[in-house]
Amino acid sequence: MAHAQSLDNASVLLEVNDLKKYFPIKKGFFSTKTVGYVKAVDGVNFFIRKGETFGLVGESGCGKTTTGRVVLRAYEPTGGEVWFDDRDMGRVNVAELDKQGLKALRRNTQMIFQDPYSSLNPRMTLLQIVGESLLVNKVARGNELQDRVAELLKVVGLRSEYMTRYPHAFSGGQRQRIGVARALALNPQLVICDEPVSALDVSIQAQTLNLLQDLQEEFDLTYLFISHDLSVVEHISDRVAVMYVGKLVEHASTEELFTTPLHPYTEALMSSVPKPDPRWRTEPIVLPGDVADPANPPSGCYFHPRCSYAKDICAKEMPQLRELKKDHFVACHRAEELRLVGVLGMTDKL
Amino acid sequence: MDDSNLLVEVKDLETYFYLDEGMVRAVDGAQFDIYRGKTLGVVGESGCGKSVTARSIMRIVPKPGRIVGGQILYHRASNGHGEEVLDLASLAAQGDRIRSIRGAEIAMVFQEPMTSLSPVHTIGNQIAEVILLHQGVSKKEARELSIEMLDLVGMPLPSRTIDQYSHELSGGMRQRAMIAMALSCRPSLLVADEPTTALDVTTEAQILTLMRRLQDEMGMAIMYITHNLGVIAQMAEDVVVMYMGEVVEQADVDTIFHDPVHPYTSALLQSIPRLGQKLGEGRRLASIRGMVPDPYALPKGCKFHPRCGAFKAGLCDQIEPEMLEVSPGHRVRCFLDAKLG
Repeated sequence: MAHAQSLDNASVLLEVNDLKKYFPIKKGFFSTKTVGYVKAVDGVNFFIRKGETFGLVGESGCGKTTTGRVVLRAYEPTGGEVWFDDRDMGRVNVAELDKQGLKALRRNTQMIFQDPYSSLNPRMTLLQIVGESLLVNKVARGNELQDRVAELLKVVGLRSEYMTRYPHAFSGGQRQRIGVARALALNPQLVICDEPVSALDVSIQAQTLNLLQDLQEEFDLTYLFISHDLSVVEHISDRVAVMYVGKLVEHASTEELFTTPLHPYTEALMSSVPKPDPRWRTEPIVLPGDVADPANPPSGCYFHPRCSYAKDICAKEMPQLRELKKDHFVACHRAEELRLVGVLGMTDKL
Repeated sequence: MDDSNLLVEVKDLETYFYLDEGMVRAVDGAQFDIYRGKTLGVVGESGCGKSVTARSIMRIVPKPGRIVGGQILYHRASNGHGEEVLDLASLAAQGDRIRSIRGAEIAMVFQEPMTSLSPVHTIGNQIAEVILLHQGVSKKEARELSIEMLDLVGMPLPSRTIDQYSHELSGGMRQRAMIAMALSCRPSLLVADEPTTALDVTTEAQILTLMRRLQDEMGMAIMYITHNLGVIAQMAEDVVVMYMGEVVEQADVDTIFHDPVHPYTSALLQSIPRLGQKLGEGRRLASIRGMVPDPYALPKGCKFHPRCGAFKAGLCDQIEPEMLEVSPGHRVRCFLDAKLG
């Protein structure tokens, strides 16, 4: 595999190889005929080390949320492997686990969702929501369960008295904390954070991000952090991967990616983010056209119609993800020759 | 500030919502000015009243809300006869006068183009409707003007898009269609309420660039409402920061970002992750403690005091601060002594 050389197997918690998830497009009155596929995730490779925060960033339709769900097998993968170093089972391929194996897996992998309003069951109290996994996995019940839930609520900064209340009594930020408490109940190894702060007010985002970082340290958590917000991803991640229309186009350590991006799309993304400083007003790289359609992607490199650096080969051949610099992977035919502009360190120059 | 360029003066605006649970003071004494050809950024988080302020200016506040106090003075340039000053707040919301202004002289662009555009009318029909309502032209001319507008906003293949429905267009294209509708009668003020929040960042960059270009070409003022400080920094010349229905600080954009005085403004600026800024090991964001208060149970005194790092007991929790002028053009709603104390 592309990244085989850089792997230090002992420290890798999750390794994704050639992951695919295609959704069939059905036509016909009874939706019986499959006329095509939406290639939501189209051959994605990456790895996450223990204790790391791996940021997965991209715009709508890029496949980042689907990737997160397939890793947990909330969706069945169409192809590829998801190797997870499970605390109890050892190194397993999530894609091939049977029912028993999946049950065990879900003790050690959890998810925090984007929408704090639809991700909590409105008919369950906080005790029921946060305690459910403990009850179902026969870890605790009765008074012991209440104690555990009280602890968890405190850990996320909520008062334990709140456990008798229902979600509607809480604000968006508080609900997100409830979601975090729920995710931590079984002391997971890996937590998939799917846009956990996107629906929150700016000042609450900061509180929630700080909380996630504190909890990571305290409980030795590994995060797959999915977001469209580059500033948030840069802030919280150790490594960052960029997705475009189902493909992973670049990944590297945060500092490396943001200082010297190697893919034109990464460069355009960084340039597009409006900077919160009126003294830093430069014309962003404005990409022509719209994001490609995953049901009908362009030939060759999916990004080539919008890329100002595109050459003939880009329209013909799909570039492969390769390790261009140590630990810095990119899928671009012209990566060696291009000198792209990053953002890290630019504020120092102001 | 050159007063002859005043376009809209919002004075002590009060817009309240009368709900079963109680009364919400959505806008509670907002005061600011909009100048011709310039962009005013209105920034704040949920519940601060920025959207209701915009809708108050347009007189489209939904029931059970209504304007209960204050003035919205619109300096309308009359052809060759100087100007007339109208108090929009005093006009009948469904009356002819405001209708002749709304859409033609003051136009609005909303956050969700999918819900703001009619799903059962073509884009062309919707733009033409605005033109036909306000300009005395034929249907054929209206259609031609609509195609021109779509071209102006950078819509690909305007003569084809004009006959498409909103669901056939991407988010960016729908937003362009909405901008085309808003600008078709060359308004002097464009009220933009979070126009790019629902868009991807690369599409957002396209739309922001477009809006700047159109502003240059048309000389119109923009009231740009958003919670995104990055967009404010890139688009606004003057900024108004709102919290719980009030303006807590206003100044030019450079001052707001580099020399803020109100504790909320500084706290907000420190709490956002900024691209390109290395925060070093153990990077924590300086978050604002607590949360936005319950609108039915507002704190006594300064509405921000429970979350304020510079809070002074006995003062901030007892008396509501007035707006103070810190320097020309820079005003703050805060007991500044408390801040120095």
